[in-house]
Order: sequence, then structure tokens, then C-alpha cells
Amino acid sequence: MSKPKLAYYLAGGCGGCDIAVVDLSEALVDVALQLDIVFWAPTVADVKYKDLEAMPDGSIDVGLFSGNVRNSEHEHIAKVLRQKCKVLIAFGICASCGGIKGLVNLHTTEQLLEKAYINTFSTDNPEKILPQTTVVVDGKYELTLPTLMDARALDQVVKVDYYIGGCPPYHEHIAKAFTALLSGQLPPPGSWITMGKAVCEVCDRNPVLKGKPKKLATEVKRTIDGAPSEDGCLLEEGYLCLGPVTQGDCGAKCPSANIPCRGCGGPIPGVKDFGLRAISAIASMLDNEELVDKIPDPVHLFYRYTLPSSFLGKRIKR
Amino acid sequence: MKMAWEPRLIVIACQWCTYQGADLAGSLRYSYPPTVHIVRVPCSGRVEPEFIAEALRRGADGVFIGGCHFGDCHYKEGNYKAIRRFKLFKRVATDLGIEPERIQLEWISGSEGKRFSEAMTEFDAKIRELGPNPLKGGAQ
Ligand code: SF4
Ligand code: SF4
Ligand code: SF4
Repeated sequence: MSKPKLAYYLAGGCGGCDIAVVDLSEALVDVALQLDIVFWAPTVADVKYKDLEAMPDGSIDVGLFSGNVRNSEHEHIAKVLRQKCKVLIAFGICASCGGIKGLVNLHTTEQLLEKAYINTFSTDNPEKILPQTTVVVDGKYELTLPTLMDARALDQVVKVDYYIGGCPPYHEHIAKAFTALLSGQLPPPGSWITMGKAVCEVCDRNPVLKGKPKKLATEVKRTIDGAPSEDGCLLEEGYLCLGPVTQGDCGAKCPSANIPCRGCGGPIPGVKDFGLRAISAIASMLDNEELVDKIPDPVHLFYRYTLPSSFLGKRIKR
Repeated sequence: MKMAWEPRLIVIACQWCTYQGADLAGSLRYSYPPTVHIVRVPCSGRVEPEFIAEALRRGADGVFIGGCHFGDCHYKEGNYKAIRRFKLFKRVATDLGIEPERIQLEWISGSEGKRFSEAMTEFDAKIRELGPNPLKGGAQ
């Protein structure tokens, strides 16, 4: 039997998901031996878009798409990969829900360009030159750049078969996902590949797992305020931990390092809009309504990784 | 000629208080605007942010939640939970560009039929002032 063919693409992401795959180290060698990597752009393999476009439809067994869809190039490759791949996976929270880079949807493209190319402290651009989508060099060479768009999750562009959370996905979880893929033991299409437990359920700080009740938070703290206890629940202590609504495939990595969970694992099963459920969970865990006003910048807290896939998807601009 | 815009108001009412208040308003013949569409829930504590968001996303011009006064909740503390969730959702929605006046919460008991009709009249007037929900006709 020929080896399954794999394609990997990094769109509007940071490359962290690619590194997470490489982090499989020896396990990657085993996995790679069982796979035929036909496309991995732009980071690992030297295969061009035209080579991908020339492959027959449905000829690639599995496509991993990391990063969100942020410009016309990402959108194009998303559509090409959808045609070429039998199974297309949104790999990491950027592809699954828009990711931290989806927070761009709080601003207009004009605001972002102005900030990045004119107003930042270290920028020296007296002529206020902004990136253009086309430019003619030496009067004859036309160069083009992709057009920026609002950030979208992959499933807002093409149909997605599976989702894997994490920013980036945790390497042990990736290994499990690859094993499931290679052995054909996958959940129904459209699902997340996850063990299905919330971060709280695998967190050593969880009082409920020690037979104690979970107490309401009587204050709201930022991570820079004081220090959490050794083994108490961060949320009880006022650090706004999103463990109750986040998939715990990372094994509660952040709380174990004294940092509240920020939700990179993606929503627990059955939840469509991560932020809305997080609002509900955190509000229910606060002792009184005055504490609600003390939460700094709730949009960035609750939608840190999922704004494009939220009920509005972006800030309404007037 | 374009049809004149009429607001569409979703009122999520607790069955033990505000829903009874609406009923009383009816029996006592206090009028309230026909733009109001009431959804009955077992408790204001049952109102998830998802409910309000979905109503707005589908084009409601305003969402009003009615619950029992503090101390009167049939399930003891549903309304305390409701106000915490509501306030937090409202902060997030406002930051995302929705006018805060489109989302309201008030405690109206079963004996406050008059207050129910007044609250609905005020809400209708407020939303008429604001105009249509900017999400209307947007992504469904
Ligand atoms: S999910 Fe995180 S690690 Fe992966 S591409 Fe996005 S920002 Fe980078
Ligand atoms: S809220 Fe956070 S710290 Fe508390 S049990 Fe859940 S994951 Fe652990
Ligand atoms: S604890 Fe939360 S934020 Fe941290 S890695 Fe796990 S899912 Fe992501």
C-alpha cells in the first residue's frame, strides 16, 4: 500500500504550529516515515503553488491548514487545498477559530496599516508609503501583493473536516491526532479532534477533583497582581482562568505554571461561540455584580483566540 | 416608497414575574407596543449570553430581559446570576460596537402590570430613537 499523502500550509499564522509539529521530534520521524509529504509551504518543503495546483483533485489524503485566512492568497490556497485533499484539518486555533491574530477584526485595515507603517515609534517613513497590491518596477515589471481582508477561520471559507485546537497544538496531542489519522480512528466529520475534557478536568488545581467545592471569586486580579497559591484554583483566587470552557488537550499547561488558561485549546464540545460561553462561565463564578466592572478589557480576554468565529466576528465599524 | 421601519423587540421574560406582569398588563388593559415579542423562560438565570447574541445576530433591534426583584427569585439566586452575566455580556457587546441601549434588563414582578407596559413603551421609544440594528440584513 502506498503511503498516505500529506499537505501542510501556513496561512495567516506565526509558524508556531509548524514548530509544534517539528516538536514531535523522534515521534515525527516515525510519523514522517509513514507519510508522503507532498506539499509544505512556505516553511519546510520547496514545492510551489503551481505544483500543488497541478495535482489531481482528491489526490492528497490529509491537508493540515494552520493560520487564519487573512488575505486573497490564503483564500486561494484554502480553496485549492479543499479540492486536492480528501480530509482537510484546521490545525491550531488560528485556523479553527481565527486565533490571536483574529483580533485584527477589532480595527479597520486603514487603522492597522497606519499603525504599522506610519505611527509606530521605530518607523521612519516620512513619505508615508503604504504597501500597495500592485506596483510596476522599471516601467515594465508588474509586482503584486495579496489583498488584506478581515481575518476568518478556515471554515468561513471552505468546508472543514476536523479541528485541532491549541496555540500551537500541544505536541503530545498532535502525536495522538496523527495516530488516530493513520489508523483511521477518527470522530465523525465536522468534529474537533480532542479528548473532550475541559482544562479544569485535567487541572491539578481543581478543588472539585480533591472533593472540595469550588468557591466563588471575591476579587478580580490581573496576572501581575500578587502571586497565586501553590495548588489552589486560580479562578477562586480571582485570576480569570478560562479553564472551565476550554478543551484541555494541553493537559492544563498554563495553570500548572501559575498562569490562567486563556482559551487557546478552543471551546469545549457543544459550544459554538467560545467568548459567549466564557462570559457566562466567568460571570457565574464571580461573587457579586460589582466584580464584573473590574474585569479589564473583556473582549480581548474572552475572544483572545476566537473573535473571527464569534457571533459578530468583528467590531461594527461606523 | 420604502416601507417604514418598525422595530422588532425581543423580551425574554421569567415565567414567575415579568411574564405574569405582562399577563396582568393585558388583563388590566394597559397597552404596550405591538413591536414587543415575548419569549418565556423558567428563570432570568436561564438567559445565556448566547440567547441575546442570537437575537441580535438575527436582526432583533432590541433585547429586554425581565426577571424577579432581588430576594424574590423562585430559585433563590437565578436573578443574581442573570445580572452578572448580563452586565458582562453588555460590556463585550458594547466594545464590539453594539449600542448598549439595545440591551436592557429590569426586574418587573407579577404585580407590576403597569410598570411592564411603561417599560415596554419606553424601550420601544428608545429603540426608535436608535434606529435599526446595524446587523440587520447582515450575516444570518
Ligand atoms: S495557532 Fe498560534 S502557534 Fe499556530 S499559527 Fe496561530 S498564532 Fe501561531
Ligand atoms: S479554573 Fe483554572 S485553575 Fe481553576 S481548576 Fe479550572 S483550569 Fe484549574
Ligand atoms: S491552559 Fe489554556 S491557554 Fe494554556 S495551553 Fe492549555 S488551553 Fe491553551
